[in-house]
Amino acid sequence: MKKLMLGNDAIARGLYEAGVDLISSYPGTPSTEITECAAKYDEIYCEWAPNEKVAMEVAFGASLRGGRSACAMKHVGLNVAADPLFTLSYTGVTGGLVIFVADDPAMHSSQNEQDSRHYAIASKVPMVEPADSMEAKEFVKEAFRISEEYDTPVLFRMCTRIAHSQSMVTFGERVEREIPKYEKNPQKYIMAPANAIRRHPFVEERTRKLVELGETTSLNRVEMGGTKMGIICSGTCYQYVKEVFGDTVSVLKLGLVNPLPEKCIRDFAQSVEKLYIIEELDGIIETHVKNLGISCIGKEMFSPIGEYNQYTIRKAFGLDLPETVDTDTEIPVRPPIMCAGCPHRGLFYTLAKHKITALGDIGCYTLGSAAPLFALDSTLCMGASVSGIHGFNKIGGKESESKTVCVIGDSTFMHSGMTGLVNIAYNASNSTVIIVDNSITGMTGHQQNPTTGYNIKGDPAAAVNLEDLCHAIGIKRVRVVDPYNLKECEEVVLEELSIEEPSVIISRRPCMLLKYVKPNPPVEVDTDKCVGCRMCLKLGCPAISFKDKKAKIDYTQCVGCNVCTQMCNVKAIGEK
Amino acid sequence: METKNVMIVGVGGQGSLLASKLLGVLLTEEGYDVKVSEVHGMSQRGGSVVTYVRYGEKVYSPIIAEGEADFIVSFEKIEAARYAKCLKKGGKIIVNTQSIDPMPVIIGNAQYPENVLDELKEKGVFIDSIDALKLAEEAGNPKSANIVLMGRLAKYFDMDYDKWIKAIKGLVKPQFVDVNIKAFEMGYNY
Repeated sequence: MKKLMLGNDAIARGLYEAGVDLISSYPGTPSTEITECAAKYDEIYCEWAPNEKVAMEVAFGASLRGGRSACAMKHVGLNVAADPLFTLSYTGVTGGLVIFVADDPAMHSSQNEQDSRHYAIASKVPMVEPADSMEAKEFVKEAFRISEEYDTPVLFRMCTRIAHSQSMVTFGERVEREIPKYEKNPQKYIMAPANAIRRHPFVEERTRKLVELGETTSLNRVEMGGTKMGIICSGTCYQYVKEVFGDTVSVLKLGLVNPLPEKCIRDFAQSVEKLYIIEELDGIIETHVKNLGISCIGKEMFSPIGEYNQYTIRKAFGLDLPETVDTDTEIPVRPPIMCAGCPHRGLFYTLAKHKITALGDIGCYTLGSAAPLFALDSTLCMGASVSGIHGFNKIGGKESESKTVCVIGDSTFMHSGMTGLVNIAYNASNSTVIIVDNSITGMTGHQQNPTTGYNIKGDPAAAVNLEDLCHAIGIKRVRVVDPYNLKECEEVVLEELSIEEPSVIISRRPCMLLKYVKPNPPVEVDTDKCVGCRMCLKLGCPAISFKDKKAKIDYTQCVGCNVCTQMCNVKAIGEK
Repeated sequence: METKNVMIVGVGGQGSLLASKLLGVLLTEEGYDVKVSEVHGMSQRGGSVVTYVRYGEKVYSPIIAEGEADFIVSFEKIEAARYAKCLKKGGKIIVNTQSIDPMPVIIGNAQYPENVLDELKEKGVFIDSIDALKLAEEAGNPKSANIVLMGRLAKYFDMDYDKWIKAIKGLVKPQFVDVNIKAFEMGYNY
């Protein structure tokens, strides 16, 4: 069977065909669909874990017991899971273990542009990188083979343009494998110094063998196209190179991107007059090639910032560029925004109105930082708002304690906000933590999490009670507000800021895009009453615009949250 | 054959995913090599979104770069202008005349450039404007504006009408087949 398939979906198919038993992940763009698509196969046990570290450790346990296991995450998720990764490199595996990591050059949906190949080098773990969906599927099977043969976890690098591009895939059959009998092996799996000291030489020897593998593996291939010019590339860059040059240049396409081969690169370099390295983000292949004493051109011509495409390459080589036409008019930017009826809006308006300093976190609510609310002061990484506010208040003292909050979503709180809250309680921090609980992991496209009461398959599951959890951590003051109720929101936020002890405010209302959330009838503006004061526009609701000196509400977008109704001083907004 | 390029642009939430899926299925069945590329995640809702569909004998890059698009199908007026530089010389823009104010316009920091398409026309760009929202409402569901636009695109494609209809039937839920076929016809015959 042949099918047009998303790169991430093709990986899921690869997991199925490879006889994989388990995948545990935390959602993160552009990696999320790997696990979502795997959940369609009953043969694979799939789950959302609270964070990437937990996910990788679940995969470790499954491998220890002999199963083929996987975990998937975005590039910054690998930072969270770095702790198990570095020692997993030492223990190696029993059942194959593959770690999928999706980079996001150009930061379509990320807070940085880190290149996860550095992790492969630092942890001394092999890394493969496919260039389209079919390769993605086939590389999964090869990655599991390498994992078991070389006794190592394998990193599997994706990027947005492979993960979120569809291309043709031919299906294969699933190969079932038997789970071996469990055998205790403390020398290999208890990484106390005495054992770890013996495992480190194994890791170094394994790397030497993997370099040998790189010389001959079909993951790396040479496509000769004359001797004038040679290009070394991998992943999506290979596609751009072929798009521009076709078969007119020679290409060394690397599929095993760590460790990099030596002889293979030397031979290729010798077969061409001029050697170029084209790789997005950091010059990792280039550094390796230059360290081999081979002269090549890389980042002298190409930026370490953002994505490439065929245009970038044509331009860099001074080739003819296609004719273009453009407008001279400035087109206003259209940034992503909180949806009409987003429950976060009422809360952020309250914070903005009182000029409250707010340390933010990672999620849809990061959009509260944008115009016109400008409600956030910082966004660093998952959970950093809760830890950060404590440090902020320790320095700022009483003055900042009375006008600073932090804002974190339900899923992000479960991911790594909890430990920050433990620190607040333990170290008696007079900080006000707001959990914006929209009952779903929103920004990555509606995944369940430990607070929602459902698992990845949509079946009922145990739900963490946030109030009880906060109490158990040692927070005495836990308040719940409805962010659609501006008055309540304002009263509770101001009260908790004024009180001198740690507190948690749970701003609770489900995301209005959830299927079970039924919208209210849309509201409209009575143009006779509207005085054109623009108060309602302060909310930054996409359903409200300003036409002919009056506010106007788009009935196709409005879900009747009635937050704007509360803003209107002349009562011009109401149901039809 | 040379690789053909279709860009579908609009505002997150307007249904460009179904449109690109329809094209993808159809072109695959025609035996072409096809690549479809989109960006998911945070930029989905309310932001400017773009989907690339490429087909031919052998397609390499999943992206359509400047000066390469044979067609730009825009679900919103100024989004067509935003991506105009991607249009190939002699390429065509099919645009829904619906305006959706971006946030800088809503809060009064920018003007909505009402006449930007006229400017492009004056520069010799082929623009086929269509009120897809109105036609979709006439067809029975404003959400089928995406299929109205695909109907319009089909007019410029050398492909059997029936194949499009068959592909629509295979893609949408049974209860929405009739309204989508009607929407497709309205775009095609506009």
